[in-house]
Amino acid sequence: MSTFDFETNLGAARFNNPIFTASGCAGSGKELSRFFPLANLGAVVTKSIMLKARSGRATPRMAETPSGMLNSIGLQGPGIDIFLENDIPWLVNEGATIVVSIAGESVEDYAILARRLRAVSGISALEVNISCPNVENRGQVFACDPVTARAAVEAVRRNIGGELPIIAKLSPDVTDIANIAEEVVAAGADGLALINTVLGMVIDTNTMRPKLAGKTGGLSGPAIRPVAVRAIYQVHARLSHVSILGMGGVTNGRDALELVLAGASAVSVGTATFGNPFAAMTVRTELEELLIAKGFSSMKEAVGYAHRTEV
Amino acid sequence: MSSINKAATNILAEITSNRRAGAYHHIALSVGEMAAHVRPGNFVAISVGGEASSMVLRRAFAIYRSVDLGNGQGQIELVVAPHGAGSSWVCSQLVGAKLNVIGPLGTAFGIPTEPVRALLVGGGYGSAPLFGLSEVLKSRGCRVDMVLGASTAMKIYAPLEGKRSVNALTITTEDGSTGTQGRVSDVIPDIIDANNIDIIYSCGPMGMLQAITDIARDKGVVHQCAVEEAMACGIGVCMTCVLPVRGEDGVIRMLRSCIDGPVMDGESVIWESKRTIPEGTWGS
Repeated sequence: MSTFDFETNLGAARFNNPIFTASGCAGSGKELSRFFPLANLGAVVTKSIMLKARSGRATPRMAETPSGMLNSIGLQGPGIDIFLENDIPWLVNEGATIVVSIAGESVEDYAILARRLRAVSGISALEVNISCPNVENRGQVFACDPVTARAAVEAVRRNIGGELPIIAKLSPDVTDIANIAEEVVAAGADGLALINTVLGMVIDTNTMRPKLAGKTGGLSGPAIRPVAVRAIYQVHARLSHVSILGMGGVTNGRDALELVLAGASAVSVGTATFGNPFAAMTVRTELEELLIAKGFSSMKEAVGYAHRTEV
Repeated sequence: MSSINKAATNILAEITSNRRAGAYHHIALSVGEMAAHVRPGNFVAISVGGEASSMVLRRAFAIYRSVDLGNGQGQIELVVAPHGAGSSWVCSQLVGAKLNVIGPLGTAFGIPTEPVRALLVGGGYGSAPLFGLSEVLKSRGCRVDMVLGASTAMKIYAPLEGKRSVNALTITTEDGSTGTQGRVSDVIPDIIDANNIDIIYSCGPMGMLQAITDIARDKGVVHQCAVEEAMACGIGVCMTCVLPVRGEDGVIRMLRSCIDGPVMDGESVIWESKRTIPEGTWGS
């Protein structure tokens, strides 16, 4: 077991193991640290932070669905200033490897956020969330349009400076996700986070209105795993040189292996943490055991293995 | 912003008893050391449906009572309403089955240092955490009045040992099938006046908590309530169970009922905000 190489890379960033939290599914990290040391994760991906404090959407914000859930949190958070003052130093002190996720309402927001983060030490990579389905101007989800997707990532690239890898988080709610992926890579993304939640709706048959106050929400959990596997597979087939942080309904090691075989170099655990705070640790242990059992000598060897042509 | 209950642990807890109590199930779980850390108002989050279940989220249940048996042994008791698929699954589990439990979670009712005159108000199975609270208050020399309300007699949860823990119990039902016909808010004002109530503790549906907050404000009485918001995780990571709360600095923030609650100062909660973010909320 000790000879197995579990390390992975996203762009130029190196991680001890490939299991991360998913943005928005680990609070500030403090809550989960009650259950396991955050340093045992490949990385903590923070909630998507915005320029200013944000109340998020009204409640109800959540509806459980078969093998999943809808959420419409709406990026509730303290804004970049308080985040940099409180969250980052705390995570650094815990020994966590940190991927900061950012979200903006405009291209200019992304530029400013990148400038604010440029000189912050202790960050391994930047996730550029251009695909949150729960912002009010849903019609302007950056990742649903190649032009806006490109503009947001370009703004970060121009302003981040240095070596910090940029990982663009994409929405599966598009006709050709590989096309959007090509655009953001051309704009300077070093990696891709696939996938954000799938837009959905639940109607309460008692009140006969949408269950969520925000009407629509993002579907997550095992229900969307095949969508994630498909998206990762399609993008890896088109852009095999670009690292993918995969996510979508991963609950155990087998699920994570599926995403790795499709082309993910690292895997985030999100909704599973709500049901089991130890989920990421379970996935980490089980994935390593599975990779060894399948005869791989390293994590990197398994990435995209489902694409091989030999029979 | 506060943090997760420092005593919270994740355990497999064996069911030692599961019996029907009116419209509800009374379920006892062997939880070891956890019992020693439970305070009235705390809750547990339980996985439902078994390993291959399509229900991916935990269900939150208020703790009715905890019994610390010493030597790292103890049990907690829950009163569960088989409302939906998850709670029905919990109620269907047999003695000897093991449940995946995280607890204790959330804030607890504040216990006054002086003997005071307390009124405890429960709606439906919301009465459950009030009996443990009553025992603690009585042990501190407090006088305890209790009002329990529900739509109908079957939905009043008032076990004999619970009744013994209060000085006076008033029951209201909307259909009049037992006690006074009406709602708890119909009888509370007179009880506050007659007994010079200093503090109200409540647990039940949000509409009831709002009505009690109005009465408490009118009468100048402190009101601590345990709120009930739908939760996905119970441990503070999902941000779904928030509600608008005015802080001591006057600023309204969307606080998590699993971490900053469930027990909150009734007066600080912005009850009117149903399905909206109140104007002026931080970050709106």
